[in-house]
Amino acid sequence: MKRIEVLGAGCANCKLLYNRTRAAAEELGLEFEIEKVTDLNVIMGYHVLSTPALVVDGVVKVAGRVPSPSQLKEMLA
Amino acid sequence: MPRLPPVSEPVARGERVGGWLALALPAWILAYAGNEWLAPRLREGLDARVPGSHLASALAFFAYEVPKVLLLLTLIVFAVGVLRSFFTPERTRALLAGRRESAGNVLGAALGVVTPFCSCSAVPLFIGFLTTGVPLGVTFSFLISAPMVNEVALALLFGLFGWRVAALYLGTGLAVAIAAGWIIGRLRLERHVEPWVYETRLGGPAGATEAQPSWAERLRTGLAAVRDIVGRVWPWVLAGIAVGAGIHGWVPEDCMAAIMGRGAWWSVPIAVLIGVPMYSNAAGIIPVVHALLEKGAALGTVLAFMMAVIALSLPEVIILRRVLRPPLIAVFLGVVTAGIVLTGYLFNWLM
Repeated sequence: MKRIEVLGAGCANCKLLYNRTRAAAEELGLEFEIEKVTDLNVIMGYHVLSTPALVVDGVVKVAGRVPSPSQLKEMLA
Repeated sequence: MPRLPPVSEPVARGERVGGWLALALPAWILAYAGNEWLAPRLREGLDARVPGSHLASALAFFAYEVPKVLLLLTLIVFAVGVLRSFFTPERTRALLAGRRESAGNVLGAALGVVTPFCSCSAVPLFIGFLTTGVPLGVTFSFLISAPMVNEVALALLFGLFGWRVAALYLGTGLAVAIAAGWIIGRLRLERHVEPWVYETRLGGPAGATEAQPSWAERLRTGLAAVRDIVGRVWPWVLAGIAVGAGIHGWVPEDCMAAIMGRGAWWSVPIAVLIGVPMYSNAAGIIPVVHALLEKGAALGTVLAFMMAVIALSLPEVIILRRVLRPPLIAVFLGVVTAGIVLTGYLFNWLM
């Protein structure tokens, strides 16, 4: 089970990252749970300076940009 | 079992990006030169058929400015996108941490221009900077210059007014950010930052576990910036130029001279006060500004209006209210507004 978190205050890019990540994980056929994180304390706990950010199993994979679907698949695989 | 891409794929994709760009650059030059060549002919043709027509004058203006501005916007957004792939907020913070004021303010304002930054990450960035030893004033220099001096504003100013005005805007934008940040630092306003900000604990190493991007990836970052930014602002550019074309065609010359000309001393503060609560992006406001200037408004007044619209906005203040107490917000607004007003006077006096 992969734990995927999308960090961000809810701007357009955060929603885009959430949707793309969800689609990529489904396409890969992963067993996963995905969560939107808006709590600043959690965001700062991951030491992220720019949102949106993607965290997979507690590791910050990307911060401050929305990767392409194929890049996302590599990060999730 | 997901199929992994073959190892050679990134290289092949990178070559493809480079190849496409090698084709795109001559196409860009051809399109730009073609537009320059076509514009006077179109204007003459329209003038010969319908002399003195307001509609023809407005149409000719629109037909020339739209392709020109969109082409410049694409090129500059791409170049800045590639440049920004060399900077991250984490690296910028490492450069700014523990800096003394003055030099730190200058560096903060300069890095504000080239560091990728979206106003929705203003709060995590602010906390991350302050808790690791970037001085408050230096952080503000960064936060003021980042939205004010942006690639869309520079591209449009360059396209519509030439490189001198674009350079002036860059220079004065940086100067306002440096001076405002320095003053905020001198006033020792740390006590007006919400106390929980300094108590926030940062966990783990900063940033993502990403490898250094290759050149192909940097070029793709530039293309992504074009798709994102140009894709988002083009309707604004069209609308702005349409309004500009209307003013160009119908509003008589010099009608703005009386209210926005350099003779009217009160025009600068009023233009700034109108501009501060307005929230628009550079793309929507600059073509209007262009038309105002053409009809006799003074450059300083118009630049001050534009800076006020772009640099300060109500949504930004609401975002910052989470980390700043009202006295600090008031000082921030007051200092930046004063800086913009002074810039306006300076240009009206110099030009």
